[in-house]
Amino acid sequence: MKTVRIIPKLEVKNENLIKGVHLDGLRIVGKPEKAALEYAQAGADELIYLDLVASLYQRENWIKIVRRTAEQIYIPLTVGGGIRTLEDAKLFFRNGADKVAINTGIVNNPRLVTIIAKKFGSQAMVASLEVQKKISGGYEVFTDSGRTQTGLDPVTWAKKVEKLGAGEILLTFIHRDGTMKGYDLELLRQISSQAKIPVIASGGAGTIEDLIEAIKAGADALAIASLLHFKKMTIGQIKAQLKLKNIKIRL
Amino acid sequence: MKIALIDYGAGNLFSVERALKFSGADYYLATKAEQIIKADKLVLPGVGAFCDGMKGLKKNKLSQAIISAARQQKPILGICLGMQLMMSSGHEFGIHQGLGLIEGVVNKITTQEKLPQIGWNELKILKESPLLNGIKSGDYFYFVHSFVCRPKNPKVMVTTTNYGGDNFCSVLADKNIYGVQFHPEKSGPEGLKIYQNFVKL
Repeated sequence: MKTVRIIPKLEVKNENLIKGVHLDGLRIVGKPEKAALEYAQAGADELIYLDLVASLYQRENWIKIVRRTAEQIYIPLTVGGGIRTLEDAKLFFRNGADKVAINTGIVNNPRLVTIIAKKFGSQAMVASLEVQKKISGGYEVFTDSGRTQTGLDPVTWAKKVEKLGAGEILLTFIHRDGTMKGYDLELLRQISSQAKIPVIASGGAGTIEDLIEAIKAGADALAIASLLHFKKMTIGQIKAQLKLKNIKIRL
Repeated sequence: MKIALIDYGAGNLFSVERALKFSGADYYLATKAEQIIKADKLVLPGVGAFCDGMKGLKKNKLSQAIISAARQQKPILGICLGMQLMMSSGHEFGIHQGLGLIEGVVNKITTQEKLPQIGWNELKILKESPLLNGIKSGDYFYFVHSFVCRPKNPKVMVTTTNYGGDNFCSVLADKNIYGVQFHPEKSGPEGLKIYQNFVKL
């Protein structure tokens, strides 16, 4: 059995740590650097840092936040938001990111996956899939923080990004994001059963049972946001409870 | 004690530098053979494929400087790909000659689990080493790799790690030569202990 990773997901807007519902309706919950350090010290296995605004003129501030965070923590840091080119990715690697997570940038230019994987290694290229459940049934990949439809089927797209050289898949369920009603297990199962690379489930974690269900459905790692940011549970409590349920976890 | 952190274009040195700083190391980045020769200790980091790593080391004759430092009994710490490059040869994208500081090959993990292994895994300590002061069996470290070192002499194996049935060598030590397959700079407080131990050697 492999060790499941617990990964706090921190979404940032204008220097604030925020949390929304369905990638929208954003609420300020704190300062990202402070939360990042707290989570790292509390036993987080990695951190995901997402810039929700990703506007070019804010980028300098964002990079400073990334750098100041990376200077304080000794666990892997994944950075996402607004990365469109190899140059963008380089900028974040130079400032302390270990991996980049890209959604819109690779939908617009799938070759970017291969370019980044060749230059920095597959392990540094996380393909981010932000998925909505369709009213008509089935699922669709969305870009631009859930604003733009792509027509892409997530299962097909997951296979494609793996083939292009992605090292991991960050699978976000937009329809569950911020709801704390559990991950979308059906889609998680579909993606993780065919993926040969690790899958990080993201969006919807509200209880320990949600986490256990996701692990059973094949998640290699669990991204957690609201549960932590709104202080419903600490990382220590989450990990201790998973351990009690015989899940292999790093304490 | 001056430590040369060898910069040969294989990966991101941001976090290795920070971990060295945290550990109170007197270090500098070395891109030329002369800089390696002047050092008292070497850190050989690295991410990526074996052949690209060796190409990087052969350029500017870094590899010869490393081999001669090893002969002079200077402590050398190889991290991840850096550990693998210290072996005789690597079997990734064909067979490539390594630095040959440790006899043995580098080949793919034999496992039922997903590759690359990305995540935390435990060490099982087989024998004592000053590099592992304060670290015990069962402590977790962060791994990112598909390939592992298979040293010919089992006595150089300090720890093993099990990934889906493959008990591979995760820390090796042979006199002044040390290698760790995981990333201590990404492994929290336990990882920092490895750097501190190396600095103190």
